[in-house]
Amino acid sequence: MQLKLEPRGFQSKFWSYASPVLAIALTIVTMGVIFLVLGKDPAVSLYTFLIEPLVAENGATELLVKASPLILMGVGISLAYRANVWDIGAEGEFTIGALFGGGVGLAFPDLPFAVLFPAMLIAGVIGGMFWALIVALLRTRFNANEILTSLMLTYIAQLILIYMVTGPWRDPQGFGFPQTAMFSANATNPTIIEGTRLHLGIFFALAAAAAGWLLLTRSLLGFQLRVQGFAPRAARFAGFKENKLVWTALALTGGLAGLAGTLEVTGPIGQLTPQISPGYGYTAIIVAFLGRLHPIGVVFAALLLGLSYLGGEAAQIELALPSAVTGIFQGVLLFYLLGCDTLILYRLRIRSSRPAAVRA
Amino acid sequence: MTDTPLLKLTGIVKQFPGCLANDHVDLTVMPGEIHALLGENGAGKSTLVKIIYGVLRPDEGEILWQGEAVSIANPNHARKLGIGMVFQHFSLFEALTVAENIALGLSDPKDREGLRERIVEISTNYGLPLDPDRAVHDLSVGERQRIEIVRCLLQSPKLLIMDEPTSVLTPQEVEKLFETLRRLASEGCSILYISHKLEEIRALCEKATIMRLGRVVAHCDPRESTARQLAELMIGTELKPPSAMRAGAIEGTPRLEVNRLTLVSDHQFGTSLREISFSVRGGEILGIGGIAGNGQTELMDALSGEVYAGKPQTILIDGVPAGHMGPSQRRSAGASFVPEERNGHGAVSAMTLSENAFLSGHIRHSLARLGLIDHGKTTAFAQEVIKVFDVRTVGPKAEARALSGGNLQKFVIGREVLQKPKVLVVSQPTWGVDAGAAAAIHQAIIELANEGTAVVLISQDLDEIFALCDNIAVIAGGRLSAPKPVSATSVSEIGILMGGISDPVGDSHAA
Repeated sequence: MQLKLEPRGFQSKFWSYASPVLAIALTIVTMGVIFLVLGKDPAVSLYTFLIEPLVAENGATELLVKASPLILMGVGISLAYRANVWDIGAEGEFTIGALFGGGVGLAFPDLPFAVLFPAMLIAGVIGGMFWALIVALLRTRFNANEILTSLMLTYIAQLILIYMVTGPWRDPQGFGFPQTAMFSANATNPTIIEGTRLHLGIFFALAAAAAGWLLLTRSLLGFQLRVQGFAPRAARFAGFKENKLVWTALALTGGLAGLAGTLEVTGPIGQLTPQISPGYGYTAIIVAFLGRLHPIGVVFAALLLGLSYLGGEAAQIELALPSAVTGIFQGVLLFYLLGCDTLILYRLRIRSSRPAAVRA
Repeated sequence: MTDTPLLKLTGIVKQFPGCLANDHVDLTVMPGEIHALLGENGAGKSTLVKIIYGVLRPDEGEILWQGEAVSIANPNHARKLGIGMVFQHFSLFEALTVAENIALGLSDPKDREGLRERIVEISTNYGLPLDPDRAVHDLSVGERQRIEIVRCLLQSPKLLIMDEPTSVLTPQEVEKLFETLRRLASEGCSILYISHKLEEIRALCEKATIMRLGRVVAHCDPRESTARQLAELMIGTELKPPSAMRAGAIEGTPRLEVNRLTLVSDHQFGTSLREISFSVRGGEILGIGGIAGNGQTELMDALSGEVYAGKPQTILIDGVPAGHMGPSQRRSAGASFVPEERNGHGAVSAMTLSENAFLSGHIRHSLARLGLIDHGKTTAFAQEVIKVFDVRTVGPKAEARALSGGNLQKFVIGREVLQKPKVLVVSQPTWGVDAGAAAAIHQAIIELANEGTAVVLISQDLDEIFALCDNIAVIAGGRLSAPKPVSATSVSEIGILMGGISDPVGDSHAA
């Protein structure tokens, strides 16, 4: 008996939606096995990891806090990936966006909120775009692979952040800690619900998802991005300019990542530190794929991966497991997702090991 | 000649996912026979010969080789039995010499001794002149095909399979190839000749097996049938004679003018265009013939604006300088285009017909407003194309890849024709298309010209050009011959031009 993958000859609509569901189920089973191997009760552990964070006090709002940056970046990444622009540097764009937006907040702490906060958000968007457009320039001008350049720029962004918070922008009253002063009240991302950490980010995230959906399904630009991704030659035939689409796709991803960065540092964090992101920019890539590169799908995927951050914290506190559980969950999920996506183009056949009967 | 068939297939079945490619196919080839395997694209001819050549294994059925049952495991086994095959697409290394390429194809290293001498011997014997020491990239397509044939002949085959061998040859080269094949047959080598070109089959073959939709529908003697009878057997319906006639008067003013278009190709093995000039008037169909790879792709790209053609004055569309324009602006100026390749160039396989209608139709039909797609108008346009051009599909929501080649091509042509362009440039409009769809496409092109559109028809099919065009020019080596009225030229004259336009003395190869 052998298992064989047979090309379907078409893309299965059913499996393009069923694949993420199957991947999630397999991931949960695998996590249970991992907990078991680590000497924990799988049922209790899974409950702690996946359910408890939701039923805990402020669980729902905390989930939205984690999901907001993932949605913002996941939407941008989805649009770029649709056009075969493989920007994996959202983490760096997030960082530079936070530096730009945060920098404006630190420079003008006393401006009124109505002026200062929007200015910071715009600066954040510009910062993220600027970082992504370096990638666009390198690709369109020198034909440099954006996967490499965007990843490398992420490391540079991280080092710039460390330099700024340990050097020029370090808080003089900070006892030498590598961090800036806290943002002034006027430079702070306001909370929506008293007593929680839920901030304006969720509104921006949902607006981005809605706008992304509209762009993808209704607009000429979205159409151009999709044609560019499906068939670059047909895009040229239609008169769509590839370089312009690369610039646009990267500007969108970078801008949204920069916005997410500013919202994050001015909200839950409150200052610039060397650790402003637990890898949101990379997780957003999984979010984009799990959400089928669709802005609405991204919202659901971001909720699940946001949960993995909360679950990781809970597992650390209650099960005495390292927070690497979050990374393992995300990695296992991506692994299964890529595996299950094979079923979109192939069907699994179980065959007896003797070859097909040939009368000869 | 004995009574034992050289090859006898009975009840061959091959199932692919979603498609029964061969449905109980029988085929008998006698020794020394030139046997035609005739059918439209997708009829199952290629699957059948791949089974004979050991590339595919049948799900059911029996293969008798010289009266004995065999199971052909792989092409190597097929060659050992004495089966040779010349594929439609050559597998040659451009950078290597003829002899090196042939040596690479030999399964037994011992055969390499004295290879050069044997190549020379065989190629002169069979009228296939080849210099073993020339590099392949210097050779014409016809010469490349000779390499493949000689490679087969070195193994002294009993059966030679030729898959669409003439699609890349000039009429003169075709005649030479036929002489070779007849000679081989007279020496006892059987030939299985796959084609959909009916006249060729009538000229060459003594027996024909006709396939349709995976089944054998008829056996006949092609010499005693008319091309029309063969075509009807092949497509299974009665062919209507071309109903549209060239009726419109040709206007005086040119709609499309090309002035000294010179374009250096970026590709290593691409063809640079050199000083191409022509003009097409309203109501005129200009045919551009030529063998594949002589600059047709580059010319199409330059005309459609996918590649910039240099100075604005190089191309005039309806009098508007357009050499510097991209495809969208050229469409606004009144042109529309049908590239040679449907999948991934003229249409996006993964997108719906609506979306494909929008692809090139949104400019002349204003299907987008303020950056947003007007879905209602787009669907209506797609629906109109489907209806007017009788595209067999479930509707505008169907994905392009779900359509057969002929239906998708009708959709692509219809999309451009219904934009009522002043200039239409089409490349290979009926390539890989069934006879019914081809007739509909030809009719649409003729009707469009009758309404006053200037049409450029780039095609490798001389029959198509002679049937449709008013004037004809030939592209060879990136140069275009002076257009001539069809009535003032002949197939053989065009054939000579296709073989290459001699360089004028003193040409410095500046391109």
